[in-house]
This record gives sequence, C-alpha cells and structure tokens, in this order.
Amino acid sequence: MRPSSEAELAEAVAGARGPLLVRGGGTRTLGHAVGEVLETGGLSGVELYEPGALTLVVRAGTPLAEVEAVLAGERQRLAFEVPDLRGLLGREGVSTIGGVVAANASGPRRVQVGAARDACLGARFVDGAGMVVKNGGRVMKNVTGYDLVKLMAGSRGTLGVLTEVSFKVQAIPEAEATLVIEGLGDAAGLAALRAALGSPFDVSGAARHSGRSLVRVEGMAGSVAYRVTQLRARLGGDVTVAEGEESAALWREVRDVVPVRDKPGEIWRIVTLPTAAAEIVAQLEGEALWDWGGGLIWLVLPHGKGADLAAAVAGRGHATRITGQGGPVFPPEAPEVAALVAGLKAKFDPRGILNRGMMG
Amino acid sequence: MDMPAPDLGVIARKARILARLRGILPADAVIDAPEELRVYECDALTAYRCPPLAAVLPRTTDEVSRVLRLCREEGVPVVPRGSGTSLAGGAMPTADSVILGVARMNAVLETDYENRFIRVQAGRTNLSVSGAVEAEGFFYAPDPSSQLACAIAGNIAMNSGGAHCLKYGVTTNNLLGVTLVQMDGTVVTLGGPWGEPAGLDLLGVVCGSEGQLGVVTEAWLRILPKPEGARPVLVGFDSNEVAGACVSDIIKAGILPVAIEFMDRPCIRATEAFARAGYPDCEALLIIEVEGSEAEISEQLARIRQIALAHDPVEFREAADEDQAKRIWLGRKSAFGAMGQINDYMCLDGTIPVSSLPHVLKRIGEMSREFGLDVGNVFHAGDGNMHPLILFNANKPGDLEKCEAFGAEILKLCVEVGGCLTGEHGVGIEKRDLMGVQFSAADMEAQMWVKDVFDPKWLLNPAKVFPLGVSAGRRAG
Ligand SMILES: Cc1cc2nc3c(=O)[nH]c(=O)nc-3n(C[C@H](O)[C@H](O)[C@H](O)COP(=O)(O)OP(=O)(O)OC[C@H]3O[C@@H](n4cnc5c(N)ncnc54)[C@H](O)[C@@H]3O)c2cc1C
Ligand SMILES: Cc1cc2nc3c(=O)[nH]c(=O)nc-3n(C[C@H](O)[C@H](O)[C@H](O)COP(=O)(O)OP(=O)(O)OC[C@H]3O[C@@H](n4cnc5c(N)ncnc54)[C@H](O)[C@@H]3O)c2cc1C
Repeated sequence: MRPSSEAELAEAVAGARGPLLVRGGGTRTLGHAVGEVLETGGLSGVELYEPGALTLVVRAGTPLAEVEAVLAGERQRLAFEVPDLRGLLGREGVSTIGGVVAANASGPRRVQVGAARDACLGARFVDGAGMVVKNGGRVMKNVTGYDLVKLMAGSRGTLGVLTEVSFKVQAIPEAEATLVIEGLGDAAGLAALRAALGSPFDVSGAARHSGRSLVRVEGMAGSVAYRVTQLRARLGGDVTVAEGEESAALWREVRDVVPVRDKPGEIWRIVTLPTAAAEIVAQLEGEALWDWGGGLIWLVLPHGKGADLAAAVAGRGHATRITGQGGPVFPPEAPEVAALVAGLKAKFDPRGILNRGMMG
Repeated sequence: MDMPAPDLGVIARKARILARLRGILPADAVIDAPEELRVYECDALTAYRCPPLAAVLPRTTDEVSRVLRLCREEGVPVVPRGSGTSLAGGAMPTADSVILGVARMNAVLETDYENRFIRVQAGRTNLSVSGAVEAEGFFYAPDPSSQLACAIAGNIAMNSGGAHCLKYGVTTNNLLGVTLVQMDGTVVTLGGPWGEPAGLDLLGVVCGSEGQLGVVTEAWLRILPKPEGARPVLVGFDSNEVAGACVSDIIKAGILPVAIEFMDRPCIRATEAFARAGYPDCEALLIIEVEGSEAEISEQLARIRQIALAHDPVEFREAADEDQAKRIWLGRKSAFGAMGQINDYMCLDGTIPVSSLPHVLKRIGEMSREFGLDVGNVFHAGDGNMHPLILFNANKPGDLEKCEAFGAEILKLCVEVGGCLTGEHGVGIEKRDLMGVQFSAADMEAQMWVKDVFDPKWLLNPAKVFPLGVSAGRRAG
C-alpha cells in the first residue's frame, strides 16, 4: 500500500485486515516484523519553511536528501547529524524523514544538541486504529498537553504512522575544525575526550577510532581558532588540526560507522557512561569506534558474545545488536517498564498490527 | 474556574485516612491543622484556593510509594507539589485530595563531572542544583525566573524553560532520567545517566505531564561547563515590525545568542518608572546576550551590531563593563515587579511563530482598547514565547473575569497564527478549558491514553490539563 495523503493512509490503517509493516525509504525492512508493507513515500514534500524562525514542517515520507537540500539552500541543516547507515546495514535506498524520527536518529553532534527528539517540535500521526492525531506544533517552546512527540520519536512505527513532522533547524556555522590527537592509548585517548567535553569550549564532536581521538569545534572563524588553541594546550598527545571539508570528512566517517562497519563479526551499539567506555571494550576485546566522548560504542564482536556484553554493560547502559544472524536485537526492559510499554501499545495500536514483533 | 465536586465519601473518611497516613509516616510528615494547611491552598496562581484534606511531606522514595498505595486503596486523589510556584494552578488541591510535597527531599545524591551529570532528589531547588556544581565550573542550564524557589520536581512536571533556552533548550533537553513512583506504589526508573533510552522514550512523555503520571522523587540532570563569559547589548527601535525583522536576521545569520528578550513601550515605561535602568523611550527594545571568551563575544557583537544598524535603531548600547551589563538586564529583570507596582496583573505564556510578532502585538493593542485593560509585553523573542502582562484591579468586581476573558482571546490568537497556549508555564487549571482551541477530541484522547496507562484510576492530579467535560468519564471510573 502506498497512500498519497494522510486521509488515505488513515483509511488504509483503519481498514487493514492484518499486520502492517511501516516502511519509509522502502529498502530498510528490519528483520523481525511481518505484515503487508505500508509505504509512506506518497506523503512527500515541504509544507512550510521559515529560515528566519529556524522552522521546517515536512511530510513524513519526504526523502531525507530532499530535506537536506532544501535546508542547505538557506545554509541551514538538521542539527542532530543524521547518520547514513546504509553501508553498515548493507542496504540501499533512500531514507525518509519519518524513518529518521521513528528511529530517533542522532550523530556525533548529540553531545551538543541532542537527537532527533530534541529537534522535533511537532508531529501528526495515524494510530493503529486509523485515528489522526496531532501533537506539539511548529513553535520552539510548547508545553501544551503531554509531549507525545517524544514518545513517537524512537517508537519505530510501533505506536503510529507519522504523516508530518516539524523541526527546529540550525544555521550551518561558518567554520569547523577538528583536533586529531595521536600517540595516546585508548584509556588516555578517551580521557582526553572527556576533558574536552568538560571544558567551556563548546565541543560538538568527541570520538575515537584507529588509535586517534577526534575533537570538533564549530562556529565563527575567530571563535573556532581560539578554541582550537585553548584545547590544544589542554589535551595531551600529538595534535594536528583538520579544517573545513577535511574536518567534515572525518565526522562523516564517524557518523556513518565507517571505521568498523566492514570488519568481520557482529556489530553492537552500546550506550553507556563515558568513564566505562574503555573498560567495556578492553573486557570484551572487540574492535571499537567510540563516539559521544565514549558514551556511544560501536563494537565488533564474534558471534555468540551477547551474554558477555550484557554482563559487561549491566547497570551502566544498554546494548543493541545491529547486525548479525536474525537481524537486530533490542535489549529487554525492566518488568515495570515493560508493563508500561505494553499498556501504551495496547492503547495506541489495540489490534497490535503496526510493526508487530519489531521492538520485542 | 470550575473544579469537580469533592468526593464526600473521602471527606467522611478523613479521620481514618489520616490515622492510616500517620501509621506509615513519621509524625512530622503528616499535616492536617487548618492553619498549617493554608500554605497548600494554592500555588502562584493565587486567585484560586482550596484547602486540601491533608498534606504529607515524605523524605524517601519508599515513603512516597507507601503514601500513594494507601491513597489509591482509599480512593483519595493526590496532588504532587514541589515549591508551589506554578502560575497555572498545577499544584492547587481539591477538598478531597492529599497534597504530596517533596520539599523535604532535597539532597544531592551524586555528582559526576567526568560523565557530566548530577543526581538529585526532586525537591531540590533549581538554583541550588547549579549551586552544587558551580565550584567545579559547571551549571544546570534551564533557568526559570523563579529558580531561587522552584523545585526540579515542578520543573520536570511543567517542562520549564528559562531565559537561556534559546541556546540550551528546556528541561526535557537537559533531563537524563528519573525515579518515578506510580499511583499504585510501583517505583520505576526511566532513562539514566547515559541519556538514551533502550526502548520507548517514556521519560520524554513524563516530562511535562504536570504531575498526572507519577510522583518524581529523583532525577539525573545534565550539567554543562560554564562559558568563559557573557555580555548583553540593548537595541531600541521605533517599530515592532523592524525589531521583529532584526531578530529574524540575527537568527538567519547563524549567530546563536543565548537570549533575545523583547519589551514593548508600555513595559519599557513601567520599568523605567520603577527601576530607572535608563532605557530609551521607544516602541520596541531588544536585549541580546552572547557568550564565550572576550574575543568570541566581540566577534559576535560586531556581527550583531552590523545587522542591527542596518535596521536603523534609535539606540544601540553595548555594555562596556560588568556594571553596564547589569543595568541593561535590570529593567528586564524588574519588568514583572514594575507592572505589579501599577496594578494586579495576569501573566500569559502563549508562543507564536516569530514571524507573526508584529501582527500579534498589533492585535493585542487593539484588544487592550476593546477590553479597557492595559497590557505590557515582555517576550523571549528568539523562540516566540510571549508573556503579555494584563493589568487589572482584583478589588474591582468583574475585573478579574474581564481580564481572564481578554487573556483567553490572546491565547486563541496565539493558536490561530500557528502557535500554542503555553510555552513554559503549563496548562494546569488556568488553560485547561482552552485545550479544545488547540486540540481535537482525538488529539486529547491520545494524550489521555497515556494517563490511563500510568494511572488507570485517574487519582493523580486528576482535575488538571484536560477540560473537565473531556475527562469526566475517566475521573469517575
Ligand atoms: C536495527 C537498526 C538500528 C538503527 N539504529 C539507529 C540509531 O541508533 N540511530 C540512527 O540514527 N539510525 C539508526 N538506524 C537507521 C535508521 O533506521 C535510519 O536512519 C532511518 O530510519 C532511515 O529512514 P528510512 O526511511 O529508510 O526508514 P525505514 O528503514 O523505512 O524505517 C525505519 C523505522 O521507522 C519506521 N518508520 C518509517 N517511516 C515511518 C513513519 N512515517 N511513521 C512511523 N514509523 C515509520 C519503520 O517501520 C522502521 O521501524 C537503525 C537502523 C536499524 C535497522
Ligand atoms: C515569579 C515567577 C517566575 C516564573 N518564571 C518562570 C520561567 O521563567 N519559566 C518557567 O518555565 N516557569 C516560570 N514560572 C513558573 C513556575 O516557577 C514553574 O512552573 C516551576 O517549574 C514550578 O515548580 P514548583 O516546584 O514550584 O512546582 P509546583 O508549583 O509545586 O508544581 C507544579 C506542577 O508540578 C507538579 N509536581 C510537583 N512536584 C511533583 C513531583 N514530585 N512529581 C510529579 N509532579 C510534580 C504539580 O502537581 C504541578 O502540576 C515562574 C513562576 C513565578 C511565580
């Protein structure tokens, strides 16, 4: 099914006889869910764009690339730095903005500006019974009623099908630079990232891979130069500085998980405390890409290491298997939280037809 | 303002309920003496008052859990309370309800500078969170003007903002996790210091749920390293339109000030008479603050000056030193007090798209003449969050009602131009009956499902947020 309006989509969901598989780009079908494919690509296009108010309202099936091009035309962007995980996941096709929100996507800049949820100002969606719901709006401050936008962001189509989303966007800064720090072991290299993030120099990226730590600053040219000098004086190791496009290329690699994505094994995505990041990796002896100052680890492990990893992460974060046999595996919730999640699913999708089986 | 009729059965069982509460809490944690209950009759929306059945002041999550389980058994509504500074009546009780105040739960449980978070008990005041990490060069970003008094609990419940949220976001963007006690006594942890949930973002919907989903007893908050310095400039214009265009150009240029505040002529005149900050007598005044090192501040201010001068301001004043910076902020910070000096006032909180600013200000001026009540506007211009202050005389019969009707018209206008009823103060009882202006029945139904799941009997702060007619079937059940 490929409805071309919100009303048609609502009708399609209301009239569905069995499970539906919600698909944005149409090529990233996840492992577990089953059902008739419901494509959102027919709901496409920018509804409203006000660069002077940093607001964008866009239909959920709009290709991400189109959104990025429209914004770039005004020297603006989505601040949360959407990763392109096609290489990692071995898929082709076109990401949609609805899929980006449904996955609560975020990239290296999360340490400074948060994830899709933090930029998303409002949403319209169709629930599992075909009811159209709107929440939030297009203004930057809004506490009217409950914040269902946050609930929808990251719900991976299990509570409703997004039809429209609005964002707070960001001006592209005039300059960026990255300090590339070599000559430090993992523990010291990660400590340098934490020191950078704890400094007043407004770091917008802090990652480590292949024996190098990367620290990014963005902003006006003079300010970037000043902060590079200050950070260089505080962080140890052998520092070189990449600027402009050279810096941007380094962060595209981190964002898209390029350094580890082709290594043999299963790739896990671990969210944890930065201070635990070196130890978790040392304990499991996998190859790692650290982002968010160590708060995010993309870790390559041989098959069958899931239990060891769960033990290493217990009490200090959580891990999702992204690639490997049988597709992604999300971590289990605590029983009291699982009860709330089940309760919400029963309300928003009483027939249990949306992406059945996707999030466990 | 309608409130539901109190449950007479509950009131009849008062003695027994109090005896049971005293059985599970220390003696000093249960309050029912009428004179001691007076402080709990209202929050900062003082026009509406009602003494509760009792108030309890637990000290631990376990005590909170026991109180809630007991109240659920007895069918007693519970109204959570932080510091009672809500401007929306969020913490106002009903005669059959128990106020659950978390003010005694104010400890810092953990500070972790390397991982950049603090864990506090929810009754801790906003300012004292920053105070706890200041010595290490950190701060907690959301800074409501009430920060000396308001509690993190209330901030989370209202998803409060502050003057600096243009750069740092509001509470939801700085909240990492909570310990929440549900009405049946179940204690859940949502989120955690690592900041991204494994599954659904339940924390995101708890933040801003106005005490209706559970009682927050502890929170993990993100702390940030303090910038090296900050400095404001003041720019005066003789037209609201031009001031609005200047704001838009600054934002479009990619400069990210931490604050852009706006004041209109009635407000400027009132504050001048009151605080004598030396503001120019003009139609619109902007205060723009930037942060960073000396060199960075100069770089940003040079760019702002260039943009502002292109709009032909009547005044452009940079703060040369700390003292001048204080004077620039003085008038803005005394704006509420200054208006209060003239008369009683009601503070609204709608948000509008920044592009609608001139139109909305013009309409408010026209309505002010129609209703015969004066209005002053202070405004977080960068994000469109308006605070029109309507002046009225509480001792004059009919004036409050007229003021409320005027306020409702302004909020409807905010929604009409694409904005919303409340940007940071919350719905509470104040805007409850206007929810239908912004939301359809389906929109509200979906929100109420969340409450159905967290609090199936609708005992937590039940008479708030949703119009009474809309929530009637659920509250009865
Ligand atoms: C296992 C796995 C984990 C991932 N983790 C991350 C991550 O942590 N961070 C990150 O940035 N990216 C992550 N991604 C990538 C993310 O899916 C893409 O960035 C983005 O979703 C691509 O958009 P799409 O249109 O191709 O979405 P699709 O692949 O079509 O859909 C992605 C998910 O969103 C749902 N969906 C799509 N459109 C809608 C809609 N309109 N309304 C409701 N639901 C919809 C789908 O049902 C599916 O669950 C992950 C991908 C996978 C397979
Ligand atoms: C002079 C003044 C200036 C203000 N300036 C601002 C401003 O700049 N920005 C802004 O956003 N607000 C502002 N406010 C409004 C108010 O201060 C905020 O809404 C604040 O967050 C309320 O906190 P509190 O602790 O006083 O909460 P209370 O008033 O006690 O309660 C507010 C709400 O939170 C709920 N609640 C309280 N504790 C809990 C808990 N433990 N668990 C669950 N729910 C709970 C209550 O039930 C109620 O619905 C201002 C108020 C005043 C009086």
